Parts: sequence; C-alpha cells; structure tokens
Amino acid sequence: MITLVDYNAGNLTSVRRALNHLGIPCQITADPEAVRRADKVIFPGVGAAGAAMSVLRQRGLDAALKESFAKGAPILGICIGCQIILGHSEENDAECLGLLPGKTIRFSASFSAPGSALPLKIPHMGWNEVTVTQPHPMLAHVNPGDAFYFVHSYYPQPADVSQVYAISEYGGTFPVAIGRDNLFAVQFHTEKSGPVGLRVLENFYRW
Amino acid sequence: MLSKRIISCLDVRDGKLAKSIKFVDTKDIGDPVAKAREYYQQGLDELVFYDITASSDNRGIMLDVVSRVAEQVFIPFSVGGGLRTVEDCHRVLLAGAEKVNVNSAAVKRPQLIAEASKAFGAQAVVLSMDVLKVAASAQIPSSYEIVINGGRTPMGIDAIQWAWRGEELGAGELVVNSIDADGTKKGYELTLTRLVAEAVGIPVIASGGGGKPEHLYDVLTEGKADAALVASMLHYGEYTVGQIKGYLAEQGLMVRHVTT
Repeated sequence: MITLVDYNAGNLTSVRRALNHLGIPCQITADPEAVRRADKVIFPGVGAAGAAMSVLRQRGLDAALKESFAKGAPILGICIGCQIILGHSEENDAECLGLLPGKTIRFSASFSAPGSALPLKIPHMGWNEVTVTQPHPMLAHVNPGDAFYFVHSYYPQPADVSQVYAISEYGGTFPVAIGRDNLFAVQFHTEKSGPVGLRVLENFYRW
Repeated sequence: MLSKRIISCLDVRDGKLAKSIKFVDTKDIGDPVAKAREYYQQGLDELVFYDITASSDNRGIMLDVVSRVAEQVFIPFSVGGGLRTVEDCHRVLLAGAEKVNVNSAAVKRPQLIAEASKAFGAQAVVLSMDVLKVAASAQIPSSYEIVINGGRTPMGIDAIQWAWRGEELGAGELVVNSIDADGTKKGYELTLTRLVAEAVGIPVIASGGGGKPEHLYDVLTEGKADAALVASMLHYGEYTVGQIKGYLAEQGLMVRHVTT
C-alpha cells in the first residue's frame, strides 16, 4: 500500500488516478500517524515552497516524513515534493525539510533559450528530455531521448552531486532526479508524462 | 532541450464531440474520452476540451467527461468554455484537469485571471484570445483586435496589450487564435503569433489555420510559438500525431517521441 501525503498541494488526485490505472493500491492521508506507519510514501505537489512547508508543519506532517525517512520507508517526492526535501528554497526564502543537503534555486531569466535571442521563458513548462546520469532502480527502463512533463520555476540543487541521478537542459543543465538511501525525488510530473512517466511509478511500487 | 508541443482541442456538447471527427473504432463515435485516449496513444502532448454546451443544466456532464479522461489519459489537459468564476474553475480542476482555459469571460472581467491564478497558480491558468486583423488605429496600434463570441463582437482592445495584461494578471500560458486563419487550413497567422510571443515571457500556443505539418513548422520557428494547436488535421484523419512529429523532427525541431 502506497500512502499519498495530503497537504493541499494540487496534483494528489492525478497521482492517485495514475496509480489506480496501474492497479497499485494507495490511500490519501493528512494524518501524520498514517504517514509514520506507511510502507511507502509519495509526496506529490504543485504550488509554492513556503505555503507547502507551512501546511506540512500545521499538520505535523514534517516530523512524520522525517521519521518515515529515518525508519527506511521508500519515499518518492514529485515536483514541490522534490524541492522541499532539500534544506532551503529560494522560493519564499523557505526553510525546508532538510532530508537531503542542498537548496532549491530559481531559473535565471537572464539565460536565453538555445538558438534564440529571446530570454528563457519561466516557468519551464512542457516536455523535456531527461538524461540519466547514474543508474537507479527508480529510473529503470527510462531510455535516452525519453521526455517528461515539467512545470516549475525553481529546481533542486543537492550539495553533493553524487545524489543527482538525472538531468535536463533548459538554458543550462539542472538536476531533475535526486535521492539518497530510501529517498528519491523527481522534478517532473511523472503522473502526467505518458507511458514513460507511469513506468517510474511502477518502479516505485517495485522499489 | 524543451520540446515543441503539439496540442489538440476537442469541442464537447452535452458530453459528446461536437464536430464530425473520424474514429478508428466505429463503436466509439462521438465519445470524447475515446478520442482523447486515441490521441494520447498516438503521442499527443496535451489536450484542450472546450465545453460548448448551451444549457447550464448540462454542465455537470462535462465534469464527468473530465474525470473519465483523467482516469485514462496521462498527459496534461485543460478545460475551457463557460468558466466565469473561480468556483467554475475549481470544479474542473477537482475533476482532474491540470489547467483552466478562459477566454470571453476574462475579456469581460479581467480579474477572473488574477483570481484563478492566485487560487491555483499561474501554471493552471491558460488565457485564450480570439484575434481579428483590422486597420491599425490609435486604439489598435498592432492592427490585431481582441474579439469575442466566436469573432462576432470586437472589443476595442489591442491583442498585444491584452497579452501583456493577461501575463501581468497571472496567466501561465496564452493561446493565440486567429479568427482570420481559423478554418482556412492555409497556415497559422505568423505575424500575430510572433508579435505576441516576443511581447510576453510565458509560453504561446498558436491556434487557427493548421492544415499540414509545414504550417506547424512555420509557426514554431518563424512564428516563435512554443506549441501549436491542431484540430481538423487530426480530427478528419488526414494526419496522425506521429506523422506531424516525424516531419517536424526531420526539419530539426525537438519533439517528444513516445516509445511504448
């Protein structure tokens, strides 16, 4: 059973629908006890880091996630869930969970798109190729050239580059899949990335 | 590198597809969910559903369509038509759409864009604008005017000004629909699309006039669009998504390939 953490963060039902489609059992909960007891946790999200962190704290879910991580339950963060596992986010200057050392940084508007004089459009929105830089069971069957769907203005930058598993390119390269131990997180919306995105959710079920 | 997106729109009336759209499987004729699934499997990048249901009594049917699409189609999609309040927008997002698509209601009451953007984030708000070419004037310096009611009602608003305003109010993307080009299948309105794409810092989706893959290439390069909307090219079975993307890739554009 996969437990989806409910902290008013948008794409929860999309993730649940994708898991239902794959026949993977899941439950949605805002109860910190249920998160502590969970075998596996998905921590999805759309929105702003500051707002996400304050809801997590209000509901006591920040401590529950830390305990769940410490006890070794596999955890998957998606989008905002990939950013607030780091120590700090430039968005709202927010103190985050710190499960993985590093910070979340804003794309620089001064970059320009390759081959274009126009400034980079922010948010980075649409399908972008993901390049696996280190093999990981969560990225099994993700092949060169596979694209995933992104919508974000900030990206995760772990302090330790050995914790980066995949990158994409948008005015420069940036980490899109990061992890350590039983924690893995993706910046892209794997639940909205077609067949290859569903594969990552299946990988999590098996992980 | 970010791919150029190919998006298609499906007009839905009382829960059924409104246009005569060709189906692979005849038992599915008229079913928007089956059509969405077919395009998803072909590798379409995104979908737009326009609810053209006349009676507000039947609006609930659209929500049912939205939730059935969300259960089977794992690409982003937006829903437009008849969204006048944040509450209207909230209902379609809860039913499983990623984005709302606002048009006439936003022209009449621009605060709708700000309210929806604040409530759901800019990424969830797509502003569609219908544009007609007119003589340049002090009021319409770009010679592109915003119209509503399917092009019948000119609003006296310059399209470039409106694009700026929309971005400022919190729209996350713009659909630029040329009423002049719409239905001609002779190509997108390249000048209009380029002017808007250069004016704003958010993605621009070109709409109206696509008849063959070359037209998409033109609007995604010369027109500087981030995405192109296709309708009849796909709906009448003239091209598949794969054929369109194959052509664009041959021309050197980055498009998403789907391996199953």
